[in-house]
Amino acid sequence: MTRKRRSILLDPLFNNNPIALQVLGICSALAVTTKMETALVMAAALTGVVSLSNLVVSLLRNHVPTNVRIIFQLAVIASLVIVADQILKAYLYDISKQLTVFVGLIITNCIVMGRAEGFAMQNGPVDSLLDGIGNALGYDLVLVATAFFRELLGSGKLFGVTVFTNVTDGGWYYPNGLMILSPGAFFFIGLMIWALRTWKSGQVEAE
Amino acid sequence: MSQKRNATVYTIGFTAAVCIVCSLVVSTTAVTLKPRQAQNALLDRQKNIIQVAGLIEPGEDPGRDDVQRLFDQFIDPVVVELATGAEVDVDPLTFDQAEAARDPARSRAAPPNAAGVTRVPLHGIVYRVMKDGAVEKMILPIEGKGLWSTLYGFLALDADARTIRGITFYQHGETPGLGGEVDNPAWKARWANRKAFDEQGEIRIEVLKKAAGPPEEDPYHVDGLSSATLTSRGVNHLVRFWLGEDGFKPYLERYNASRSQAQ
Repeated sequence: MTRKRRSILLDPLFNNNPIALQVLGICSALAVTTKMETALVMAAALTGVVSLSNLVVSLLRNHVPTNVRIIFQLAVIASLVIVADQILKAYLYDISKQLTVFVGLIITNCIVMGRAEGFAMQNGPVDSLLDGIGNALGYDLVLVATAFFRELLGSGKLFGVTVFTNVTDGGWYYPNGLMILSPGAFFFIGLMIWALRTWKSGQVEAE
Repeated sequence: MSQKRNATVYTIGFTAAVCIVCSLVVSTTAVTLKPRQAQNALLDRQKNIIQVAGLIEPGEDPGRDDVQRLFDQFIDPVVVELATGAEVDVDPLTFDQAEAARDPARSRAAPPNAAGVTRVPLHGIVYRVMKDGAVEKMILPIEGKGLWSTLYGFLALDADARTIRGITFYQHGETPGLGGEVDNPAWKARWANRKAFDEQGEIRIEVLKKAAGPPEEDPYHVDGLSSATLTSRGVNHLVRFWLGEDGFKPYLERYNASRSQAQ
């Protein structure tokens, strides 16, 4: 893999993370990260949608009339999202029940359309696919890290298995209710952005 | 090239082609996966029924075949007319109470109620748990508004039609960790052995904000969920609604009458 392709794939993880640097896709990051299980399935669904939509958009980029290109991207993304949602309902019923509307709302996730319009319309299919996977992985990383701490601190569990026994079940751990609620994710993602920008100080915007 | 790409005819043609391809992809997926999804929904409902029936341990996750086997072996569903409580000749295997409630021909507007129920079906389904040819428990579908969402679940009553054996919700959208604790097995266990009705047949069961005593001393009260006042209140209202006159009370009364006749 050439150096350029490697950076297309790996840059979105830390150097140009869609959530931490571009602050996109926050809504779903708040909604589905109360549990590891739902976060992982959501991550997989988004990865599938972003990489395939980038691929399809890139393949057709020279044939799309410029004045309907956004609608074209939206149609591709929406179809992929519906397919992903249907597959989850058929094969991972329990988890799709917990994810409720949020799989469908991938359509409105700015990362997907941002990558289609911002990258796939100008670049070849292989690069676009890598860019899609890379950005999805950047999103997944933040999602899974947030879910890890929210589930652990909020319910004392990981993947639904008790790690800290709650006082209600006769243990010692008082679950942190804030972590379960959406503001908990805001605080956590905020802390994560802070940590990342301390590590890579180049990401700090000029005052 | 760019001239041609932006020509009106080309644009319309391109858009139409994209629409056709996309709709083909979407509808093919939906149609091929539909049977599997329907199967999942049915299985999920049956799993909840055998769970509230006490045929599997709480938290146990039985496989597809086990659910089917236990359901077929122990559960005897019957469709009843809610207003009179009489059994009606409708195939319980194809009867869908939620669908009936949506169908204007098979439902009526609910009288004003605290449970947030808007339509009551004319017919309801009761899942009887059979043991050695006799009814051991009765499982009633319940639903109503919590804080954010409508909760759908089941309430299990003993063969005496008074004692609660269990409660479960198979679908809701309450806050995880707060109202979502309606799924907590420890809380669900607190319902067991409480009395839904007193000896005169009045509904007495109530979800309290304060702690309730053990079932022997405090049979009519259940602890609410802490930090989930509105969800607890919703559960209280919906349980009372479905045990009431607009719910399954006529059926339970008829059942009691036939039982005392038999004795």
